[in-house]
Amino acid sequence: MLGEGIAKGLVETARNFIGSYFSKNRLTTVQYPEERLPQIEATRDFPFLVYDGDDWQAGMRCVGCQICEKECPPKCIYIEKSKDKKPDAVGKLQFYPAVFNIDVSVCMSCQICVEVCPFEAIKMDTEFELSTDNRFGGLLWDKARLSKPNAYYGKVHPTDAAASDALLAEEKAKVEAKAKAAGETKTNSELTSPPLATSGATSKQ
Amino acid sequence: MGETADQLFVTLQHWLVGYAPASLRSILSALLSVIAILVVFALLFAITTVLERKGLGRIQNRYGPNRVGPFGFLQPIADGIKSLTKEDIVPRAADKVVHFLAPVVLVIAAFSLYAVLPIGRNMVLANLDAGVLFFFAISSVMELTIFMAGWSSRNKYSLLGAMRAIAQMISYEVPLILAAVTVIMATGSLSTVTIVERQAGYTGILPHWFVFTPWGFAGFVLFMIAATAESNRSPFDLPEGESEIIAGYYTEYSGFKFALFFLGEYLGMFAISGLGITLFLGGWAAPLSFLTWIPSYLWFFAKLLVMISAFIWVRGTLPRLRMDQLMNFAWRFMLPMALLNLVTAGVWRFLPQGLLRWFVCALLVVVPYVLLGRGLAQGWRLEKRVYRFAE
Amino acid sequence: MLFLIFAMLTVAGAVAAMSLRNLVHSVLALTVAFAGLAAVYLQLGAQFVGLAQILVYIGAVAILIVFAVLLTRDSEASPLAIVGSWKGSGVVALAIFGILAWAVDHSAASRQSVLPQPEATMQQIGNALMLRFALPLEIIGLLLTVALIGAVTIAMREKKEMR
Repeated sequence: MLGEGIAKGLVETARNFIGSYFSKNRLTTVQYPEERLPQIEATRDFPFLVYDGDDWQAGMRCVGCQICEKECPPKCIYIEKSKDKKPDAVGKLQFYPAVFNIDVSVCMSCQICVEVCPFEAIKMDTEFELSTDNRFGGLLWDKARLSKPNAYYGKVHPTDAAASDALLAEEKAKVEAKAKAAGETKTNSELTSPPLATSGATSKQ
Repeated sequence: MGETADQLFVTLQHWLVGYAPASLRSILSALLSVIAILVVFALLFAITTVLERKGLGRIQNRYGPNRVGPFGFLQPIADGIKSLTKEDIVPRAADKVVHFLAPVVLVIAAFSLYAVLPIGRNMVLANLDAGVLFFFAISSVMELTIFMAGWSSRNKYSLLGAMRAIAQMISYEVPLILAAVTVIMATGSLSTVTIVERQAGYTGILPHWFVFTPWGFAGFVLFMIAATAESNRSPFDLPEGESEIIAGYYTEYSGFKFALFFLGEYLGMFAISGLGITLFLGGWAAPLSFLTWIPSYLWFFAKLLVMISAFIWVRGTLPRLRMDQLMNFAWRFMLPMALLNLVTAGVWRFLPQGLLRWFVCALLVVVPYVLLGRGLAQGWRLEKRVYRFAE
Repeated sequence: MLFLIFAMLTVAGAVAAMSLRNLVHSVLALTVAFAGLAAVYLQLGAQFVGLAQILVYIGAVAILIVFAVLLTRDSEASPLAIVGSWKGSGVVALAIFGILAWAVDHSAASRQSVLPQPEATMQQIGNALMLRFALPLEIIGLLLTVALIGAVTIAMREKKEMR
């Protein structure tokens, strides 16, 4: 008969209406600022620069190679290479970025910079509350703001961080072995690495 | 006690008017009533918007607005501030004057509908002899404003929305008026006050409302369906059809003009619900004889809130009709039902009181309903759809 | 005083309806004229006629005209050149006005200096329509039905030819 379906529908919506007041499982909404869903490990949002140790400038893993800048699809990364060199995470002398800016409003969270980085220097963050009331300065993040310690990386992406640490340790061991071999052959060359090796060891924790 | 509470606002008005010089008294009295109507119904609009959003949310298992103020009940204030501070954009090709006039005239027409609604005992702005006719006359003006809005925006979606709105409103005006005519036949009057008075009195504890007769019930249902279509509400919201034509005739309206359209639409809905209450639900009368001590205006607004909730419930339940379904429903179901209901009301009037009258009239309502329902359903061929590529 | 305002409104609406270049504007001006006329009726105490004027003319006739304008021709097209023979039409209009004025002036109704206030309530109008004027009402209804059916037939035939 005409109207049967309407009556059924009305009953169904009434059940939803009343039910939503009595059973909390009906409501799928998470009341965001007060309630939050736990983040899954693969969450990624925006890149940050990893540094080792306590001093972000000394421990910066980035060597300013500009691969990420070239690969970035929306071109949101801007890098200027430094003139001088400093030892990097594995202990080689490398350049470091004098300027490293990322425009938050342009970044599309594709993770390509992370994929292409050969130095394990840029990683994805999970921080997503990035809104600001300053359209120009507030959305362009500089080196200081982008840098975060390796410990933080270990906290937000434990599995990935462990893999990355292992890789770096392996490379560092290789470099040290090479340095040792070089030291044995050239016994009197004291200019090269003793301070470098120690700094690398401390920063590796 | 009950008497003073019931006539509180009437006495207040008399008392206030008493201070004015004699020549200004009638104007002042009218002015006070108008201000009261403006304030009360604008407030009701604000409450309804938040109730609707919360109600729809709950129906869809969401919370709805719950941030602004306690339980989100200050949301309309935030909305109002927002729409006031928004830029008022008028399309360059639009007809500026008509574009501006449309929402203004709509709201004026919507407010003037309340002139003939008896909100409580002795609480009607204008007790016109032809009150119901006045109501329908003014609501027909609203169709024109919708056309004005749609045409002046110089936008194909606006024009499409306006055409749909007018086609729909003209089609449903016929069953709307025919459903109302049954009551006019029964009371022999077009005055809303007289119609309410004719429904006064109780048998035992039950009131003599027209909705409690076979023709009255059918008339009420027909009236409310047509009223839903008249006020362009879901499931008859084709003129807005946001999934097809953006927002229909008010696509090109922004800021406070948009808010005015919103207001006008809701005011129209309240007014037509108010008319339904007046015609079929005994106006401001209490539903049970021992509840008459509660002031009459409270009963009116209680009934109005029930109607609004029903509107929200229906909106949360039914999907939008298609244009051909809409027209089929109007002309192949609503119109014949309304005409037969007219006959039923006549039969009821001339048969002697008793069970026979009930039986005959109920039969006269139910049989056509079933038959017409079947006729309407004949065109429906619900088959399982076969997809060529998706499967 | 009120009558003057309403009369001015009506005349202004009518003049605008004839002189505006945009057809839809003309229709809207025409509705203003209709509304002014309805106001005059209401002011004279003829509630039924006044409200029926609004219901029928503004609610139906104006919308009908608007639909006709929109569906039959481009509303933005330049207005028709009907202004050409306004001298002749002016003479006709003046002649009609003169005859009507003469007729009203000489009619029996205007002889009585003070007209008796007609007590026409809604009830009386309804009774008169249903009892005394039932036959004319039915005939008008029949005529309208015939017109409606005729219109539908014509529309259907056109559709068939199109196919």
